[in-house]
Amino acid sequence: MTASRTISVSINGEVLTGDAAPRMLLADFLRDVLGKTGTHVGCEHGVCGACTIIVDGVAARSCLMFAVQAEGADIKTVEGLADGDDLHPLQKLFSEHRALQCGYCTPGMLMTAIDLVESNSSLTTEDIKVGMSAALCRCTGYEGIIKAVTAYAEQVHGKPVRQESDNG
Amino acid sequence: MKPPPLDILSPSSLIEALALLSEHGDAARPLAGGQSLVPLLNFRLSRPEILIDLNRISDLAFIKDGGDHIAIGAMTRERTIEENELVRDQAPLLQEATTQIAHLPIRSRGTIGGSLANADPAAEYPAVALALEIELVTQSVRGERRIKAAAFFEDVLTTALEPDELLTEIIVPKAPPGSSSAFVEIARRHGDFALAGVAAQITFANNAPADVCLAVCGAGSTASRLTTAEEIILQDGVGVEAVKAASAAAAASVDPMSDLHASADYRRRLVGVMTTRALEKVVQRAAVTS
Repeated sequence: MTASRTISVSINGEVLTGDAAPRMLLADFLRDVLGKTGTHVGCEHGVCGACTIIVDGVAARSCLMFAVQAEGADIKTVEGLADGDDLHPLQKLFSEHRALQCGYCTPGMLMTAIDLVESNSSLTTEDIKVGMSAALCRCTGYEGIIKAVTAYAEQVHGKPVRQESDNG
Repeated sequence: MKPPPLDILSPSSLIEALALLSEHGDAARPLAGGQSLVPLLNFRLSRPEILIDLNRISDLAFIKDGGDHIAIGAMTRERTIEENELVRDQAPLLQEATTQIAHLPIRSRGTIGGSLANADPAAEYPAVALALEIELVTQSVRGERRIKAAAFFEDVLTTALEPDELLTEIIVPKAPPGSSSAFVEIARRHGDFALAGVAAQITFANNAPADVCLAVCGAGSTASRLTTAEEIILQDGVGVEAVKAASAAAAASVDPMSDLHASADYRRRLVGVMTTRALEKVVQRAAVTS
């Protein structure tokens, strides 16, 4: 009844197949079965955001999904961002703005930020602060992260990020 | 920090899901967005033998205009609700509360039905359900029931749902003409469960409150209506003194619990402060939109 099942998922455009018991979390399936260790596991209860990936177009915690639920899903992980040695624009901005120190939270930060920025063309500074609070960093502080994500939003939407909040 | 051994069944229709739920009874738990249930499984605080995954039942995810109400499928994602124009225009309290649930990646998966059926006393949706007098449609192999929000939330994580029943649809009355609303909450960090939150919707006629709906979360074993505060606003209006009296009445009416996040006394104070902020916002918005 709880025997392993074969699961196929598209990871960064490549269809990969592996076996998982029903109770296996998607984060563990990515790392331990498919060998995609770029996605990190932190708190394992949805709080820290280190395991955040993009599932069918939206950011989600891979520690709060079962592998069997991802059958047929289109998943993007941090491994899909760079093109060979050519970093993704957001990765370059993280480097420029010193938005990482130990790097443990960075994969989740990047995937959280990509969804946040690409799903909203009228982000304010406040929206970015609130949005990035979805992922915990315990070493750099958020200054560099907010600067990098703000610069990315300006790059993607071709306009400055407004200071004021529009959700008063 | 891994779920206990269990099986996951993935029905693709409601009929199939109801049959499975009826067959497996207490051994099974429905899995909606999983944003509360999976942490409980990871902590081994919940040990069902079987999860009935509702995520492949596409018929349970919808937002429909029902004339005087909006009908929302139980498996509709919080993120979808937050971004929906009909909800924004016709149920602004629901929309505003949704933006305050956890974080965006949680709202990507979390569902309205999951949150209501989970009945966490600190969650936003039960307070909104009580304030807006939402109706909850449930189904089982035995048939359909409609349950008013006031009769749905029974205790901490406990609802009127029978073990073989699924919450399938949420009936949200549209905001009446002349109404204005606000959802405010306070948490130690953005995205944490609220220490206290207040949902408010007031319908104004001739510049005076004609209908007042106030509900609180985070301050008792379930969300609850703030009836004494409602009566004060209904009788005395929304002036500074009336708001002060209503907030004091709200604080006095709740029976919060102490936990490591906040003492009962502190939570009671916060209920007063949140009531004031919610009422001030409602009044401010009424002035802007009238």
